[in-house]
Amino acid sequence: MTTPAVSPPETGAGGPAFLAEVMRATPGNSRLDMCIQCGTCGGSCPSAMDMNHTPRQLFAMIRGGMRDEVFRSNTPWMCVSCYYCTVRCPQEIRITDVMYTLKGMATRGKKYPNSTAPDFSKAFISNIEMFGRSFEVGLTARHYLRHYMTRLPAIAPMGIGMLRSGRIGLMPPKRIKGMDGLKKILAKAKDLEAAS
Amino acid sequence: MSSYLYYPGCSMDSSAKSYRDSLDAISGPLGLDLREIDDWNCCGATEYLGTSRTPAYALIARNLAIAEQQTDGSRTLVAPCSACFLNLAKADHAMVESPAFGEQVNAALAAGGLHYDAGSLKVRHLLDVIVHEIGLEAVKAQVTRPLKGLKLAPYMGCMVPRPDYDQRWESHEYPREFDRLLAALGADVVDFPLKTDCCGGHMTQISPPTAFEMIRRLVDNATRAGADMMVTLCPMCQMNIDAFQGEMNHFFKTSYHMPIVFFTQVMGIAFGREPSSVGFGRELVDAHPALNRIGRVEAKTDEEAPSHARVPRAKKTQGLPMPSMADYDEVKL
Repeated sequence: MTTPAVSPPETGAGGPAFLAEVMRATPGNSRLDMCIQCGTCGGSCPSAMDMNHTPRQLFAMIRGGMRDEVFRSNTPWMCVSCYYCTVRCPQEIRITDVMYTLKGMATRGKKYPNSTAPDFSKAFISNIEMFGRSFEVGLTARHYLRHYMTRLPAIAPMGIGMLRSGRIGLMPPKRIKGMDGLKKILAKAKDLEAAS
Repeated sequence: MSSYLYYPGCSMDSSAKSYRDSLDAISGPLGLDLREIDDWNCCGATEYLGTSRTPAYALIARNLAIAEQQTDGSRTLVAPCSACFLNLAKADHAMVESPAFGEQVNAALAAGGLHYDAGSLKVRHLLDVIVHEIGLEAVKAQVTRPLKGLKLAPYMGCMVPRPDYDQRWESHEYPREFDRLLAALGADVVDFPLKTDCCGGHMTQISPPTAFEMIRRLVDNATRAGADMMVTLCPMCQMNIDAFQGEMNHFFKTSYHMPIVFFTQVMGIAFGREPSSVGFGRELVDAHPALNRIGRVEAKTDEEAPSHARVPRAKKTQGLPMPSMADYDEVKL
């Protein structure tokens, strides 16, 4: 992968602007500015071995205003939401919530180079916005055909087993009755999020 | 009868049918009256939260709002799925903690004619309600077929013991309430150090090698602990460890055979139900050989899968030892 230009250093009256932006976009008080760089998060993380940066490194990069590098990192996407880091952090930083925030920001900025994870979220959400419920088979079939053709031979027995045991059906779920209301709620929520 | 508002979540009608069937079978005997809220929607799992904040919380809060609207007295909303449970609890918690954010979520709900008073419902996981409200004595009273000789690994996964906003469990990392429930059924509960480790969540879909390694660790740890079966309380955990165990074995060229079922299914067996009526037979890693240990069973197939197939030899331990409790048997569960 070629290394694109690095972010310019951030200066500002209120401290690092990027750090403040990440904190503002996270519900409640994430306490991200309290990080003491101890590394308990990375040491507790079950998927750290596959991350470009440990959470500790990523938080130092946020503080340093390295916006582009943070958004290009796969770290938030490798987070499995297990909350080990969150309960172990001596500064009580809501690390899992910060990872959710970073994913959203990277997706909106179209910075993250690999489409597999953002694409999965997008497809999952489009099902919810269509039916109000999730549609496992539709989602999985689309995802495998688009990203994992080579996995099909190894995964075929699983698909057949799930069908035979009645654990998946091929039909999409029935739309919820309040679908119109839900659409209005989500549209309004998107407007509010864009304005905040 | 104790009645509760009930949010089943999407997987109870699809991949986790065995959870639904077994829960139906045991709720009567336990005096558990679960009233499903009408027209609930998907909680968004971990996908919507990582996309956009207000829409994600509004999607979840719609369920809280309609549950509040439909209540006939109960203020407790019960979810059997860890992800659904945590999302519902998370939205309520965020709205209470930050009234400004709560107002923003309510402004979105108002577009659909709904409103939720933050903090007015208590969100609880099904296991929490059974252990802490129904109680182990009431469970024991229903046991007609003790699971003696069946070695179970209690697998809680991550989202129930963590972050645990209401501090329902004795530990974030090694809670023992689940062990006590299984012991109340007469089962032999093994010391399972990875009991609150993650199953990999959606990683099977976005980074398969990451997921396979996480599944392997759990299955390996349960196998080494001598478990016949893992027991779970989450549809995602069950799906990952059961349905993806084959692909994981293919990936690592291993041959683990570790069945995983829902805790309600083993409760059903202990309450004297037939295995097929509580969802046995729907798992892809056959649990019948394990069930045979309590000396009964209708076999799914003729072939008997060995319960402890070839497992790679342990590497010499050089790092720190895994957390485990050597005196576990002597500790009162």
